[in-house]
Amino acid sequence: MDKNLELRGKKEMESKGELTQRRPVFIPAVDISENKESLILVADMPGVANDGVEIHLEDSELTIRGRVMGEEQNTTPVYTEYRSGDYYRSFTLSNVIDQQRIEASMSDGVLKIILPKAEAAKPRQITVKAG
Amino acid sequence: MAILRWRDPFETRAFTELNRLQDEMNMLFDRFFGERAPVRNAGVFPAVNVAQDDDNLYITAELPGISGNDLDITVEEDTVLIKGERKAEPEGEDVSYHRRERDEGKFSRTIALPTRIVADGAVAETKDGILRLTLPKAEEVKPKKIEIKVG
Repeated sequence: MDKNLELRGKKEMESKGELTQRRPVFIPAVDISENKESLILVADMPGVANDGVEIHLEDSELTIRGRVMGEEQNTTPVYTEYRSGDYYRSFTLSNVIDQQRIEASMSDGVLKIILPKAEAAKPRQITVKAG
Repeated sequence: MAILRWRDPFETRAFTELNRLQDEMNMLFDRFFGERAPVRNAGVFPAVNVAQDDDNLYITAELPGISGNDLDITVEEDTVLIKGERKAEPEGEDVSYHRRERDEGKFSRTIALPTRIVADGAVAETKDGILRLTLPKAEEVKPKKIEIKVG
């Protein structure tokens, strides 16, 4: 494949409420795919380590948050092309998810979440008793 | 391949100096008020940040999903070439996509350094999708302290 990667600026989130911390929050780029068993979400969150990830699923609202643990450095910037900050994005899922079996992993700054679909409510037969 | 110039040769010297002054003033204000730093755009992937201290130059780049094995870095005394490829995730069977925002592909970027460095001493590391290069400055460009003899 000879496709070249293009530069895409990081999208900064415009927060509705005021944040307690004065640092930028970015919207991570994601891939969302689906197979028979599960939904798979992949998000780019460079600088976020394993323990900096927070995943929250309530009703059908999935929220991902990544915190960058930046160590303070005593260096003078010469040239700045990108800024660092946290990541935040939320989605409304159309499938019912089996919360107990959600798996998440982080590798090279990429978060991967596997959300298994809940077994569809089995059809029940209701017999009407004659009174 | 794009080569990034530190000082635009087409600009007059005075104007460049003025820009530099403006950048430095911005940086000073930013650090004081904790606000955003001025972000420039080279238009080439990946975006890099360059910083320095007395001994080293530091280049960082956000390269999510790219491990050290997918990177090829060449360091000379005044340029750094970063080449690599981001590979697509293997697709399983019966997969359909709802969203596809993450790109894959090759990249190659040359960065002209603001000072000369010792190429042999360069160190590159990747952590959580961030590449960090530490480039020791050449001896002649390091700041020197001059002792003043008291007569």
